[in-house]
Amino acid sequence: MNTEYIAQQIVNGLILGSMYAMVAMGFSMIYGIIRLINFAHGDVVMIGAFCTLGLFQVLGAPFPLVALVVLTAGALVGILIEKGAFRPMRGAPQVTGFIASLAVSIMLQNLGILFLTAQPRNFAFPDYLQKVHHVAGVSFRVVDMGIMVSALILMCGLVLLVNKTRLGMAMRATAENIDVARLMGININRTIMATFAIGSALAGIAGLMWGGKFGQIDPLMGFVPGLKSFVAAVIGGVGSIPGAILGGFVLGLAEVLFVGLLPPIYSAFRDAFVFFTLILILLILPNGILGRNLEDRA
Amino acid sequence: MNGIRHRLIFATLIILGIGLVWLARHTVDEYILSIINFVGIYIILAVSLNITNGFAGLFSLGHPAFMAIGGYVTAILTFPVARKSMFLELHPLLANLQLPFFPALIIGGACAGVTALVVGLPVLRLRGHYLAVATMGFLIIVQVMIINWDSVTRGPLGLNGLPALTTLWWVYPWVVVTIYVSWKIKFSSYGRQMLSVREDETAAQCLGVNLFKTRVAALVIGAFFAGVAGGLWAHLVTAITPASFSLVMAFNIVVMVVVGGSGSIAGSFLAAIIFSVLTELFRPLEETFDVYGIGEIIMALILILILVYRPQGLFGSREPGILLAKNSR
Amino acid sequence: MLEIRDIHVYRGQTYVLQGVSLEVGRGEIVALIGANGAGKTSMLRTISGLLRAKSGQIMYQPDANGEKIDISRMSAERIVNLGLCHCPEGRGIFSQLSVRENLLVGAYLNKDKQALADDYKNVCEIFPILGERSDQAGGSLSGGEQEMLAVGRALMSRPRLLILDEPSLGLGPIIVDNLFAILRQINTQGVTILLVEQNAVMALEYADRAYVLENGRVTLSGPSRELAEDENVRRAYLGGL
Repeated sequence: MNTEYIAQQIVNGLILGSMYAMVAMGFSMIYGIIRLINFAHGDVVMIGAFCTLGLFQVLGAPFPLVALVVLTAGALVGILIEKGAFRPMRGAPQVTGFIASLAVSIMLQNLGILFLTAQPRNFAFPDYLQKVHHVAGVSFRVVDMGIMVSALILMCGLVLLVNKTRLGMAMRATAENIDVARLMGININRTIMATFAIGSALAGIAGLMWGGKFGQIDPLMGFVPGLKSFVAAVIGGVGSIPGAILGGFVLGLAEVLFVGLLPPIYSAFRDAFVFFTLILILLILPNGILGRNLEDRA
Repeated sequence: MNGIRHRLIFATLIILGIGLVWLARHTVDEYILSIINFVGIYIILAVSLNITNGFAGLFSLGHPAFMAIGGYVTAILTFPVARKSMFLELHPLLANLQLPFFPALIIGGACAGVTALVVGLPVLRLRGHYLAVATMGFLIIVQVMIINWDSVTRGPLGLNGLPALTTLWWVYPWVVVTIYVSWKIKFSSYGRQMLSVREDETAAQCLGVNLFKTRVAALVIGAFFAGVAGGLWAHLVTAITPASFSLVMAFNIVVMVVVGGSGSIAGSFLAAIIFSVLTELFRPLEETFDVYGIGEIIMALILILILVYRPQGLFGSREPGILLAKNSR
Repeated sequence: MLEIRDIHVYRGQTYVLQGVSLEVGRGEIVALIGANGAGKTSMLRTISGLLRAKSGQIMYQPDANGEKIDISRMSAERIVNLGLCHCPEGRGIFSQLSVRENLLVGAYLNKDKQALADDYKNVCEIFPILGERSDQAGGSLSGGEQEMLAVGRALMSRPRLLILDEPSLGLGPIIVDNLFAILRQINTQGVTILLVEQNAVMALEYADRAYVLENGRVTLSGPSRELAEDENVRRAYLGGL
């Protein structure tokens, strides 16, 4: 256990964390504006991963095109989920929205099983991305660095969008008070749809990253990113975008350190550990690190 | 007078049920008999979840975890001693014990109930969808623990070769008991307390209802019956593996309760029959036409349609009129 | 300018407005007074489109020579577009947005940058404190400042008809005087005002005409001076003075 090992774990944790932050941002955006947990968010990651696979390996498309298509696909799926499951649930009790999004998630997973079979597929990025570099005793693949850099760029982009644009202002106003936002002339249906589109586009790209990082994808893979994005969002303060980013990094680091520093017997408990952390946080620090107390939508 | 008519209706239904069971056992083939058994177990699961979700309004996704606990405990207790020592490393007290079915089921249910108590005390302070996620977490944690506690559960392989003790003569009485207990709770002052907590918490508190205790009780009672159902399940399939107690099963039982009408016993009863029959019908279909997953897709779709067009489900939180005695309407 | 014809409104199961008719003439200040629960807020929310009436019509004529439009079935967003601005109960300030952003969001439908800048400057002239606090979060302002922000935000949308729900709520008398003086000033510049108030004294002092709402019905109406003299009104709403 020397400094190099710890440094390596920290870098790994940051890379993992940047991915979690991506998914958590989208999740938090959606929660912030409609106060409902989008359980299907993780499955959009799955869709993004499979789109990438299809475009890369089956069609051999160039990377920028793939990224664009994945963003669009994610956005479209998000819009469908909003129209199909969440818009009809507006005004219904909180738990009803939850069951509905759970149902959507199960539908997406099983559609994946139906059309793609439950077999895991290998996700192989071109060789130049797999190349390993060593810097100051810490090693990483090109694709890992790519993930972190693009995640950071997208994070900055999102924060700029939310804070400096007209749409972002509409989103923040709607998130705070839907009725008053309507009185300002804001079309809340469109604003909510845009939020879903952007959040889900981010999830789609995260799918691309996820496949690149872990090398294997299957239709049921959405559960893990969905869960982790939720935990990360809660850690940072659900509904807050900076909170989601912070929470993502905290979760990534915690997970890597947990697995890296504890004896190997415990690594199988990773999922359980994540959930356990979640329950603890919900009980002890429900507003997360940066969060405010968001009231339920009446 | 109405009380007697009421009791008469129930007695008739129960006797009718007994008649049907006898008929089924002597006419119908093994395959259909096992389906009927599954349906019965799902009825127990749905009606017991209705106590937790429907009566007290707690959205719990942890039901399969209680099933698993009950199932494993029952299995370990009924396992012949000789086989136990082959597969498991147990405390000598357990290793040399073999119990008949009934006490094993009760103990299994009790263990599930105790777990519910222990878990419920911290977790039931959460509300709404946060509670739902926490119960989901509980489910996953239990799954992970079962998979990793090899010495007791044999990990992902599970236990097989369990004695096939579950027959319709076991399932049917437990169905009746579950429904009876549910009914009694619902129409007692205690049940009204639970429903009041669900309808309007503030008003309930003003009336002096202890919210927390009511919630914990709803969870524990539901868990007990889920545990028994788990034990029955294990000895029907003659095997028990962690994979059976998944989030998908939790979802399926929730669908039954919601579609039947959250809070309605008759609703959960009917919806359980409909959906378990559907699932069993789809299983061979999926295999033959290689369309795995279509059953779940349809269930999820039905749920969404119900939530949009008829959110109160089949019966809302009521029971159909004919079954109600005048003073319990 | 605004003619409400026999509307019946339910909030959930409660029958809150039981056949209400009233009129607001162009250029007037009209007050709607009544006790808590009389239905005043529901009235305004129905006009601005947040609530939907079960039956009845709301005829709105934004331009003096223009057509009358029935807005009773219109969405709130479109009603704002017609120059009808609702300043809601409790002010509805976006506490997470800055003062400047609150004002800008008031002019959400205006995409002309120059016009926006001009309007912003105008509002800051009327309410200098807003210019001073422009970068602070909306939630950090005092009650009186928030009311000014709410009215300023409403003005940013260049309203033709401004409806205000209890602007004096929770504010001290000096601030209220100040506020109402500004409202009168806005009115002389061409903005028609419909005002809901529990503070009947102030309302009747500044309004041209008034309606009294009781349990979902209009029980009295007329020029505000007359109502201020009316025995029943005095006893019920003016402290019997």
